[in-house]
Parts: sequence; structure tokens; C-alpha cells
Amino acid sequence: MTVTPTPAEVRQSEVGRARRRKEDARLVTGQTRWTDNIQAPGLLHIAFLRSPMAHARITRVDVSAAREMPGVVAAFSGADFGAEQGSLPCAWPVTEDIVIPDHPPMATETVRYVGEAVACVVATDRYRAADALEAIEIDYEPLPPVLDLEKALDADSPLVHDAGNRAYTWTLSNGDVEAAFRDAPVVISRTFRQQRLIPAAMEPRAVVVTPLGDEYTVHTSTQIPHILRFLLASVTGVPEHRLRVIAPDVGGGFGSKLQCTAEEVLCLLAAKRLGRPVKWTESRSEGNLTVHHGRDQLQRVQIAAEADGRLRGMKIDLLADMGAYLMLVTPGIPLLGAFMYNGVYKMAAYDFRCTGVFTTKMPTDAYRGAGRPEATFAIERLMDELAAEIGVDPVEVRRRNWITHGEFPYDTVAGLTYDSGDYEAATEKALQLFGYDKLRAEQKDRRDRGDTVQLGIGISTYTEMCGLAPSRVLGQLGNASGGWEQADVRVLPTGKVEVATGATPHGQGHVTAWSQIAADALGVPFEDVSVVYGDTAVVPRGWDTYGSRSLAIGGVAVHLACEKVKEKARRVAAHLMEIDPGDLEYAEGAFRVRGAPAEQGRSIQELAAAVFNAHDMPEGIEPRLDSSATFDPANFSFPHGTHLCAVEVDTETGFTKIRSYVAVDDVGTVVNPLIVDGQVHGGIAQGIGQALYEEAVHDAEGNLLTTTLADYLVPSAADLPAFVTGRTETPATSNPLGVKGVGEAGTIASTPAVVNGIVDALRHLGVRDVQMPCTPERVWRAIGGAS
Amino acid sequence: MIPARFDYAQPTSLPQAVSVLSDAGEDAKVLAGGQSLLPLLRMRLAYPSVLVDVGCVSELRGVRDEGDHLFVGAMTTQHDLVRDPLIREHCPLVSLTAATVADPAVRHRGTIGGSLAHADPAGDLPSVAVALDMVFVTRSPREERRIAAADFFLDYLESALETDEILVGLEIPKLGPGWTYHYEKFHRTAQAWAIVGAAVAVRRADGHIAEARIGLTNMAPVPVRASSVEAAVAGAAIDDDVLRRACATADEGTSPASDLHATPEYRRHLARVLTRRALATAARA
Amino acid sequence: MAKINVNVDGVGHEEEVEPRLLLVHFLRDRLGKVGTPVGCDTGNCGACTISMNGKSVKSCSVLAVQADGAHLVTVEGLASNGDRHPLQKAFHEEHGLQCGYCTPGMLMAALDLLKENPDPAEEDIRAGLEGNLCRCTGYVNIVRAVQRAAREMAGERP
Repeated sequence: MTVTPTPAEVRQSEVGRARRRKEDARLVTGQTRWTDNIQAPGLLHIAFLRSPMAHARITRVDVSAAREMPGVVAAFSGADFGAEQGSLPCAWPVTEDIVIPDHPPMATETVRYVGEAVACVVATDRYRAADALEAIEIDYEPLPPVLDLEKALDADSPLVHDAGNRAYTWTLSNGDVEAAFRDAPVVISRTFRQQRLIPAAMEPRAVVVTPLGDEYTVHTSTQIPHILRFLLASVTGVPEHRLRVIAPDVGGGFGSKLQCTAEEVLCLLAAKRLGRPVKWTESRSEGNLTVHHGRDQLQRVQIAAEADGRLRGMKIDLLADMGAYLMLVTPGIPLLGAFMYNGVYKMAAYDFRCTGVFTTKMPTDAYRGAGRPEATFAIERLMDELAAEIGVDPVEVRRRNWITHGEFPYDTVAGLTYDSGDYEAATEKALQLFGYDKLRAEQKDRRDRGDTVQLGIGISTYTEMCGLAPSRVLGQLGNASGGWEQADVRVLPTGKVEVATGATPHGQGHVTAWSQIAADALGVPFEDVSVVYGDTAVVPRGWDTYGSRSLAIGGVAVHLACEKVKEKARRVAAHLMEIDPGDLEYAEGAFRVRGAPAEQGRSIQELAAAVFNAHDMPEGIEPRLDSSATFDPANFSFPHGTHLCAVEVDTETGFTKIRSYVAVDDVGTVVNPLIVDGQVHGGIAQGIGQALYEEAVHDAEGNLLTTTLADYLVPSAADLPAFVTGRTETPATSNPLGVKGVGEAGTIASTPAVVNGIVDALRHLGVRDVQMPCTPERVWRAIGGAS
Repeated sequence: MIPARFDYAQPTSLPQAVSVLSDAGEDAKVLAGGQSLLPLLRMRLAYPSVLVDVGCVSELRGVRDEGDHLFVGAMTTQHDLVRDPLIREHCPLVSLTAATVADPAVRHRGTIGGSLAHADPAGDLPSVAVALDMVFVTRSPREERRIAAADFFLDYLESALETDEILVGLEIPKLGPGWTYHYEKFHRTAQAWAIVGAAVAVRRADGHIAEARIGLTNMAPVPVRASSVEAAVAGAAIDDDVLRRACATADEGTSPASDLHATPEYRRHLARVLTRRALATAARA
Repeated sequence: MAKINVNVDGVGHEEEVEPRLLLVHFLRDRLGKVGTPVGCDTGNCGACTISMNGKSVKSCSVLAVQADGAHLVTVEGLASNGDRHPLQKAFHEEHGLQCGYCTPGMLMAALDLLKENPDPAEEDIRAGLEGNLCRCTGYVNIVRAVQRAAREMAGERP
């Protein structure tokens, strides 16, 4: 084979470029792979009958009439599945004495929330399956619902589970908190309600299980195909090596598809019993009921400060609504916030306590930010209250307290080490982009005039711990999962590169970003890299995507695997060139003798070809350049930033309009600014959703009232302004790329920025807080509109 | 979600539609644009035995000038209400209110007849119907009726239509020159239903409000007229304080509901504010 | 069962359907036109938006029988002769999509919007897309994409 040296080109670094996404071309033409798209010969459709009661004993289930309905192949009650259905897993027992109740995928004796599956029908099409549900007969003996987080802990409260309504109490303390509060010149105490949210990813969940002999392929709309594979194996007893899990195109997750769901287990069991492929596609109203919910905490928080606003200490007492059961990481969600209530600030003493409480509602679990938005909200709201109390600008009170650029790495009172950051720079840039002084002047003018529409400015200087890893720390926190991530880099015979990543995307743009990282590391064209993911047969190992971890862990693994490819290629090149490997340098996609012209080198493409035919390999080298790497960092990463929100509040109606929004985020090294901005935009919108619009509301019997998107209000384009984004770039020190992660930053930062803005607009009218979501009526009542 | 089974009929003339509906019995339902009905069917909140699709009934289509009023066929879509030149010229309150209904795709299918016959007090067009004293032209096997708007809405989701009666169209009075209009809709998000709305027509004379018609959305199980405000503003100066005083009774005679988005007390407050704002905007247009 | 004739993305179909069959399920399950997804039960999310006789409709809120005789265009029929529509190109250029689930509906709603108003201001675009929910993008880049497509369709440099 003749080899032609590739002329060396001076190439621009891919990392940092606003590459348009490779994912888009098929998505904009409707060429998609949503799970519900899947058709298969003999495909059956499953539909679930769901409990209309929040709490009841099931006294009778009779599915026999449903079995007689046209097109019905089978119908099952929970008892029909018996012990085979196992118990849905909780992988984060946060304390030794935590109560983890049995959680059958289909209720057998007692239902504990509205929407819990109690029976199912399998039919030849989805219409017939829906019809047959109505033929199932089921009787309930009502039990009292448990709906109020505080009352649930009363001694005379009805019990959700026999072991009591307290799931656990977890504490963290550092410094002398009592001393910090004793004689403190300023103490601010507040109770905040983090309302229950519904994640509402645009794609409703769907599952297709296809049996082939004793082997099962599970297509599911999940964030975690790898984790799910071993969870399904452990719940159902189907051996892990007979299960293949595929997450095809997944239409958003935001934590809600980080779960081992009842429906996934039950579809697998039904397919196993019937020996035919089974599909389930949820409806939106079914999803609002039964996709795990987010947030739902009652926060009693206090800060103690000097007269000049310098913080002395903080106390946090949380009640966290677990819902009826502990799902995959339900109990751990508040703990992801436990280390963040101090925010970007210095203080000497810290006391955190969280009690997880059972109620007869859908379980809560991860939702974008997971614990950290709640913590950030509390401290950022308190900093504004502190500023008002001591009469200084809220930016100034933050300056007096934050960790300055020169103080990194910084060991926080909550026990983390923040590796890097520049809060001063991010804040300065945000203030300029926002036109802070001008808006303050307008605010004063409107106040002086007594304008009906008052202007408020909300500030949020946040940081967060993300890049969920390191494995060692997760272990210390009792989380059963690992935190590493894996990548395989395969160099194909033609020199094209295939990256297999264990980080499974659901809209983020991994294919594009990983291509950029690999193209830089290997010196190959961006177009020559493809990325495969989301199929345990193609990528057998991984810890998947959540907690803003993909880039900081999975992206770094891609980089490290590319380095290993180069090391193998170096030995092959040295052998072919008959030179010592140490005398070679790698540049522009080729090995060459140090200082020699590139044309005289061996390109990675040539080396791929040489390895493929293996005609002349060095001793001890296998004929492949392919390499795998895992990355498990020593620390979390800590994105930070300053978000500023200007709101106009109509004091007559209480209506809040967001007038302008500026976000300056520091997410470390930016691989693709387009994708980073997109993540920030979407995160802000979801955080605004919590601040203004969204809440899962139950009636006194425990029925969810917000089962549709007509009732659960998600903002549209017409409800939001254009967000202005800016960046500072302080590289993370915990990984070789300097990246931090950006998936959750916008959501974490924006909620307190909006609420601070509303309170700021109305403070002169005596308003000190508004409960979320800040509906027009709540704002109006806060102003004193009610008689 | 998936609708339960039903039979389907697609008559092509009004007599045929009336007879099909009559034969189908009391569990039959008329399907117009389907933008309210289809979600109800999908959620299995309605189980009609027969759907009588009136989409091909030509008598229900079209907008005609009939002298002192327009005749607007029941199947006229909300999109057409926004754009139709006759409606824009003679009944602009209908056009500008229709533009606030749901979203563009829904307005392409949703009809004036469907919106009104559905009799949802949170709908935007019912309050316009009462404000303008529209006349509902209906047909049943027994008779053709002309029902005044004030008599059409009986209760929440309940109208004067008999089960075998079809809404053919609306006679919408032309108020004539000198009238200006506004619909003030208050909702939490752009596509959400109105918490409260105020549909207002104002006739100005000599820099004063000579006459006003005010319909309120979602302030009772049916759309209501703010009659006491209409009386109070007759002859009033176009002045915020004057209007504020006049609108203090906007919620008089209403019985607003409590739901996810608002309490009755807040709705009453909004009725006063929105009525004032709608009057001021219309009077200054 | 009722017999319907529809043209979908340029292809004629004659099919027997149950009256209750939703148009979106007819497209997806019967014709395999899975480019149009379903996102809700109530017509709020707009993911299933298609063009029916030249006007945007939510195909989850139309019965297949109501589409008898209609000319339908879905996201799969938006490109012509292999050339992506300016809106499709603009959504790519401006990063107007992330997971892509809302995208077919957004594109079809935007198509309608630009037909009604070829030179929309930002607030016109935001109002015109009020019936289409996106959970990923915060809409910033969707608005930019529609602006960009409008420029290209007007013959200007995008």
C-alpha cells in the first residue's frame, strides 16, 4: 500500500468554536428516533389503570372483563405479577437508620398516591388498550391522605408506611453556630417554601421491550440506559447480560428520566410473559401524575451577621417531601444542596439539618439543579434581606462576603473546596451588561412618582457543585452509584474516528462537543468524528447524564482516550519510521521528527491503515489504535456567575413581567459557546418557571389538580424576554480541560434573581417576601391588596 | 390520551344536520372546530354516542351584512373573526377579542359557534356576546329560534340549546359610528385561560363617555354584563379617577369561582381594575 | 369506519379509519409519518403542529375524519427537492433546538407565522409561537432563528 503524506494544515482549535450541531440536520427534518416511533411485528400496547385515591387499601381487583374486550391479549393486576415484580430501587440510603419502604411497581395491597399503577391491559393497539382499562373492576377502602409536610410529623398523623412518616434526618455542622448567633448584631430568619414542581420534559415517557428468546431489548426514554440495565436486572431477575437497554432520541429529561420506573419494569415483565414486543407511551396527564416530581421542601433558614453585613454563620432546617416512596435518589436530593447554602460566601459556622418526610403524593426526585436551586434560593434571598436590613446595596453586601479571587482554592464552611472562581469579574461584567445604575435610577424615579408599575432588580451571585462525581465522595455520602465516566475512541481503517461515550445525551449536544474535543486531541477534522451513545450493546459502560456531569467527566474521558490513541500511534509511527518514539512529536494530526516538516511524518490516517493490515507492526502492539479511558475527578467542579433580573410589577394586579435579564456565567473552559448559551437560556427559563408559574397543586383529598399543561403553566415564548448572556472564563483545576459544566447553572441562578426582583420592586410597600410561584394574586396580597 | 368510541355523522346541509342530530338522541354532540371538545374526548370527560360533524354544512358558513347587524355563521373560525373585513369594520370588538383566544393554530380550527355553544365562562367570546347583545340563531326539528345572548347562557358549560338544536349563526348588532372598543384579558401565561376579562364598547360624545357596554369573562358561571358600571359611566368624563369610582361596582352581581389561579376576592378586584382599564383604553382609542 | 382521502407531504392516501382516530395517530401509526410527535392531551404544547390546507393546526386536536380531502404538510414535507427550508436551516444556524421534540411543531407554527407576517418584530414572533412550548431553549434562539429565516425568505442575507 502506498501512503501519501497528508499536507499539514494550520488548524484552528475546535474547542471554543461555535460549531453548529451535528445533531440538528435530522431533527429539523423529522427524521427522529423517539421511542414511540418504534414499530415491530406483533407489537402490543400496554395501558395502566391508575389509582384515583391518594391513600387506600385495595380490597378487590378483577381484570377478567378486560381480558374479554376486543383486541386484548392480557390483563394483569399487581397480584398477578407477585414477587416477580420486585421492589423499585432506592440507591441513596443517606443514613444508617433510613426507612426504605417496599415499593412494588404495581400496587398490590395499598395505594399511596393518585396515579399509582394498580392494573394493566395489553392489547393489539393503543386505542383498544385504553378502552379495556374501563372494564377493570377495582374496589378501594379509603385511608386518610397525608398531604402536609409538617403535620405528617405530628404524633397523631395517619401513617403512609407502618414505620412512620419520618424517612430520615441528616445533619451537617461546622464551627460554633450557637456562638455565631449569640449576640449577633443582625439575625435574619425566614421560612421559604420550595413548591413541588413537575419536570414536564416535552417528550412524554415511552418504553418498548422486545423479547428474543431469553434476551430483552428495552428501548426507553431515559437519561440512564447504563444504570437502568443493572437496575432492571436486579429488580426483575432477568440477568444483566440478557438485557440490552437503548435510549434512542430522548426528548428532554431535566432529571425526570433519571429513574428506574414502574412502567419500565412492568413492560419488561409483560413482554417476558407474553413473548411479544410491548410498547407503552404515556399521555401528558399520566406523566404529570407519575413522572417523579421535583423540589417540595420547607426551608427554615437563618443567618447571623455583623452590623456591616459580614456573615457569622447560618442555620438551615429543612423538611423535604419524599412523597410516598423513596425512588432512585429521592432521599439524596436535599443533600446535594446541603453543601451549598453558604453559596459564594465566607462564614465561620454552619448547621444543616434535613428531615425527609413521607406523604401520600408522587415521590420526588431529581429535577434540574436537584437540591442546589433550593439552597441557592435560600442564601440569595437572605442576602437581599440582609442588605435591606443594614441599608446597603445588595451587590455591596455580597462583595463584603464573597470569596475573593485571590483566596482560591477555598475550603468552605460546608466542607467543600472551591477550586477556582472570580466572582468580582463576573459581577462587574453583569452589572455593565445590565445597566445597573441606570435601572436603579429608573426604579427610584418610579417609586418617587408612585407609578402603578414598579421596577425591581433581582440579584443572584451563585455557585454550584456539579460534575457529579467523584466516586469516592459519592460513596462517603452513601450514594451507591459511581461517578466516573468512560469513553472509547475507535480509529477506523480509513482514519475516521468513532467515539463511544457513556454519557448519554438527551438534547444537550454531546455529539458536537465530543467531536470538537476529539478533533482537537487527535488533530483530525471535526467532520471525521462520529459519536455513538445510549445503547448498552454499543457502549457497554457508563454512568450517563445528569448533574451537569457529561462534559466535566465524560468529555474529559474522551480527551484522555484520545491521548491513549496517540500513545499507541506513536509507537507504531516510530516503528515504521525506524526512530525512537521519544524523538517524535504529534502535531496537526501526524507524528513527525521534532522540527521536521509535516510531510515527512505519518498521519493518524496512515497509521490507522497500517494498523488495519498489520503488515508491519512493532513487537507487542495489538493491531488497533482504539483506546478506552475513564475519568474520575478528585473534586466537583464549581461553575459560578451573576444573574441580574429587572422585573416590572403591576401593583394593581400583582402581575410580574420580566423586563430584562442578564446572565454572566463562568463555566470554565468553553468547548462550544453556542451550546453553553443554549443551556443557560433554557435553564433560566425553567428557573423563571419556578419563580412565577409552576406548581403541582393537590386538593384536600390528594388529587393532583395540575394534570395538564392547561393547568400546570410552563412559560411560552410570549411570556419571556430575550436573555442577555456573557461569560468569564476561570478554568476548573479538577480536570485537564478546565471545564466545569453548565446544564443546571441557569436554573440554579435564576429563581432567586426573579423573586429578589419582585421583593425589591415592592419593598417600599412593606413587602418582605412572596411565596413561589409568585402568582399575580400572591403578589397582590403581599402588597396588601386584600381587604 | 384516547377518546372513547363514538359514531360519526357528517351531514352536508342544515336540514340533514338537524335530522341527524335529532335521530341520534340526547347523548349526541355537535362537533364544530373541536378545539374544546377534542381535549374533553381525549381525557374521557365526555362520552358522546354520536358526533355530528357540522364542518360540511354550508349554511353555517359565511359572514353577511344584513343591514343593522352582521350574520356570522357558526363555523366561522376565530382566525376568520380576526381577519374578516366586515367584522373588523362593523364589530371590531369581536375581532380584537378573537385575537386573544388560545393561539394561532387553535384559532385556525376553533369557531365562534363552538366557543359560544360550549358556554365556558372563561372563554373570551361569550362576554363579547353579552356585551354586544348578539342574537343566537338556532335550528331544531321543531323551529328556528332567535335567542338573545342574555338568555343563551344558563350555567357553567350549559346553554339554552336543546340537545337536538344546532347553533346556525350569530346576529351581531352594528353599534354604528362613534363606538370604540377594547378587550382587557388577564391571564398568567399567554396561552392560559382568562382569570378575568373585560370586553368593552364605548360611545363617546363631547369628550365624555355617552354610553358603554361591558361584558365580563369568568366572573360567574355565565358571562355577565357589568350593568351598574354601564349606568355609572354614562355621561362620565374620561378621567382615571372618575372611571375608578365608576368601576368600584364592576363585580356587583357576580359570583366568581375559586380555582387554581385565583380566589373570588381577587377576581372581584380584577374585575374592577380591568373594567376601568378597558374603559380607559377604549375611550382613548 | 369511515373512508378518508388525504394528501400528506405530496402523497395521496385513501384509508379506512375509526371516527375517533386522532389525526396525529393516523399520521404516526397508520402512515408511519413519525416526524410529527405528540406532547400533550389538551392542545397546549403544539409539538404536533402541522399545516392543513395551508394553515397551522394541532394534529392532536383534529380527528382524522375531519381531514378528509385535506392537503397536509408535516415537518417531513417542509424541505423541497432536497433543499432544507430556510426555517430548517435557520434553526440549525441559530441553535434553535436542543432535544428537538418541540421542533417539528415550532417549525410548522413559524411557517404559518411568516406566511401571515413576513417581516415580524420580535414580539410578533413571540406572540405567534405562544401555542408551542419548548422546555430546552428558553426560546431565545428560536426567536433568532425565525428572524433569520424571515430575512432569508425575503431575499436578504441571513
